[in-house]
Amino acid sequence: MGIIKPLAAAILASPLLLLSACSAGGSGGGNARPAGASSRPAPVNLNPYPSTYRAYAGVPTALVGATVFDGEGGRIENGTVLLRDGKVEAVGGAELVVPEGYTRFDATGRFVTPGIVDIHSHLGDYPSPSVEAHSDGNEATDPTTPEVWAEHSVWPQDPGFTRALTNGGVTSLQVLPGSANLMGGRSVTLKNVPARSVQGMKFPGAPYSLKMACGENPKRVYGGRGRAPSTRMGNFAVNRATWARAVEYRARVARGETVNRDLAMETLSGVLAGEILIQNHCYRADEMVQVLDMAREFGYRITAFHHAVEAYKIADILRDNHVCAAMWADWWGFKMESYDAIPENIAMMHNAGACAIVHSDDANQIQRLNQEAAKAMAAGRRAGITISEADAMRWLTINPARAMGIDAMTGSLKPGKMADVVLWNGNPFSVYSRPERVWIDGALLFDAYNPALRPVSDFELGQVGEGDVK
Amino acid sequence: MRGAWGIRRAAAAAAAGLLVCTAPAFAQNIAIINAKLVIGDGSAPIDHGTVIIRGGRVVAAGANVTAPQDIQHIDAAGRWVTPGIVAGFSRVGLNEVDAVDGSNDAASAASIYGAAIDIAPALNPYGTAIPVNRLNGVTRALVYPGAAASLFNGRGALVDLGGDAHMVTRAGLFQYVELGESGAARAGGSRQAAILHFRSLLMEAQDFGRNPSAYDGRSRDALLTRVDASALLHVLDGRDRLFIKVERASDILAVINLLREFPGIKPTLVGVTEGWTVAPQIAAAHIPVIASALNDLPDTFEQIAATQSNIGRMQMSGVQVAIGLVDDNETHKLGYARQYAGNLVALTRLPRGQGLSWDAAFAAITSGPAIAAGVDGEIGSLLVGRVGDVIIWDGDPLELSSAPTAVYVDGIAQEMESRQTHLRDRYLNPVEGALPNAYDY
Repeated sequence: MGIIKPLAAAILASPLLLLSACSAGGSGGGNARPAGASSRPAPVNLNPYPSTYRAYAGVPTALVGATVFDGEGGRIENGTVLLRDGKVEAVGGAELVVPEGYTRFDATGRFVTPGIVDIHSHLGDYPSPSVEAHSDGNEATDPTTPEVWAEHSVWPQDPGFTRALTNGGVTSLQVLPGSANLMGGRSVTLKNVPARSVQGMKFPGAPYSLKMACGENPKRVYGGRGRAPSTRMGNFAVNRATWARAVEYRARVARGETVNRDLAMETLSGVLAGEILIQNHCYRADEMVQVLDMAREFGYRITAFHHAVEAYKIADILRDNHVCAAMWADWWGFKMESYDAIPENIAMMHNAGACAIVHSDDANQIQRLNQEAAKAMAAGRRAGITISEADAMRWLTINPARAMGIDAMTGSLKPGKMADVVLWNGNPFSVYSRPERVWIDGALLFDAYNPALRPVSDFELGQVGEGDVK
Repeated sequence: MRGAWGIRRAAAAAAAGLLVCTAPAFAQNIAIINAKLVIGDGSAPIDHGTVIIRGGRVVAAGANVTAPQDIQHIDAAGRWVTPGIVAGFSRVGLNEVDAVDGSNDAASAASIYGAAIDIAPALNPYGTAIPVNRLNGVTRALVYPGAAASLFNGRGALVDLGGDAHMVTRAGLFQYVELGESGAARAGGSRQAAILHFRSLLMEAQDFGRNPSAYDGRSRDALLTRVDASALLHVLDGRDRLFIKVERASDILAVINLLREFPGIKPTLVGVTEGWTVAPQIAAAHIPVIASALNDLPDTFEQIAATQSNIGRMQMSGVQVAIGLVDDNETHKLGYARQYAGNLVALTRLPRGQGLSWDAAFAAITSGPAIAAGVDGEIGSLLVGRVGDVIIWDGDPLELSSAPTAVYVDGIAQEMESRQTHLRDRYLNPVEGALPNAYDY
């Protein structure tokens, strides 16, 4: 949802909006298969809302003379990047020959990076304008709703998608349910390409994730209604009871018993089978450590903690457990569990050798994740931590892609990967730089120099400012 | 003890209409030499500049300034030296943790009062956000009252972020009213009701002013309590500026029109997301603007035309502009002001983008908010006579990688620590040593 603004406004206005701003959880594209869910009598269609995304046409393209960050820690000066047939064809230095027939962009003095990947967004499920009729991010009627899928809330006409593309260079994003619930539902991973339906945006082959939330939000929402959970221990009790049911459900299916179809249990079975990832909203260090034990207790794995403002206190533990932390650069103080956030958090995770991700949770900050990474890098360096720009770029590209299960397809400039590429008009770690051109699957979908290559959502059509630079 | 005294004194003096300045009890007399010096008034940086602070005030700043030998010299070694950032619109001092009600005095939605609500006595100079923001180069802030039950929110203040008990620079600096959607909601459901309510409240206050002892203001059906009416007199004669939150183009024009009925009011427009579409009219009315820099989404139906080029386009049309964290409701991250300003510079490098030059962008977060609040003679630049709020930076102050290496407020060197730096230092190595981490501080 929106985010920074809604976040602050929401604190006074609405508990649910506050949640949405602090939620995590997502679902991805089309191919996840909850293994245990196929009960014998009626084969279940595990992909009933399949991706219909097709790459738009591109031409063989050469970006020549740029500083290239490959997204995996590599940096090439005076580099050349070749795109062909929707894929990254080659990445090299000045010696890389541009074949005949390629459209050539002189990128001298400019920078080329992979498309930015945001692991935590509410675009579409809390779209602009943020009117009540658009508030579709929290199914806040039960503390556990693993049966809901974020994609069924996503409005593809959210103008926020276009801003994330043109100002932020965001080419892939995970849209998550909010954090009102302990188990908020499945996420959806999207290519940031306008479409008539959400299926037309779904990232082909991306796994689903289940959004979970610990801490203040679930206990406040449900405790305020006089029902469980009303405490952090209640949060755990409800979670454990639900996981216990899922373990039993999955065992019954495995034994070949006939079960009534249960959409919630199908999602949780997929998690237990390792086919659906866990994106776990969790601020406090002590809670994250307890959640790790809960995952061991029931036999699932946590892929990433989101809004992990206290990750720096347990960076060694997160590293040893192979769990990523998705973080803001400097948000703090908006709620009790964000009180101990520090600007060195991301850098300290990185320094521990753990997996650090910069996320937005916000329709504004998704437009400048590169700047958030720059601030985090600067804070780390002032604390004496050595961080190269090429390494910091991983926080925005390969690391989130890995935690979304799409790193084999995007998230770095490696031959054969999707040609999701940003050409920046300067160093992306500078406040003075902006995307100049953005390719998705090799198709040029934003060009600052061509007003015809600036998408306009249906909502903004015919309104004041249609087609404006924004 | 000094804290309580300082706040009481500020409130009392403000009630008497006096300008209250933070007492520079330990102000140093200093000369910062060899600086890349930014005055903050929109002029270009000066190489090899010098700024001299005596008694907490700027006494000289520029290229051809000779530092006297009888005061301490600080060699900036060519680094950037600027006035402190002025947070154009914030809640700092009113709020420790947003979602913890007891620590948050930002709004008074259930109060029976409105215009008379004065935030000054609630400001807490010991809040943890103050040093955090100071370490980002912010030395002053315009702090506004959030929603009250009445259409008028109450009286906002100018504060400093120095590390002492004296936070209030000037109480009762401005009255704050929200029109547009939020005003409509509070006035009964429509913009026309809000405009009528605005007008009739001011007329009631005029009535009170003509004969206070005859004014009712005590019955339940009175539109204005006596204290609220008294507060609005300060608005009507311009003693308190009137900050008006308005976003939609038609609302901006309606306000300009409405203000013609009350010529004594000194208005400032806040928000102004669609200002670029009516910029010539704003300029012609000579009303300064505090706008959000980067809100480019149609977040509401009164922000349909939102664009990051709003401030740049208004400035091109001659509007006096300042950057404020208007839609951020900010307490904790006032440093975003300079990130926003840097982004407006970035727009000048984008085709069709309309941003600000570096000099204008920096002015929009220093002298700009000061002008918008009518206190540019006191703060917001290093012109002679202004308070000695000075920052020495390790790089371009609008760049993301930069941070202050020294901060002076009223000429007083500030400690460069915060609760956040203590947390950082404790956990740079998180693994327990011979004793638990709790023993490391």
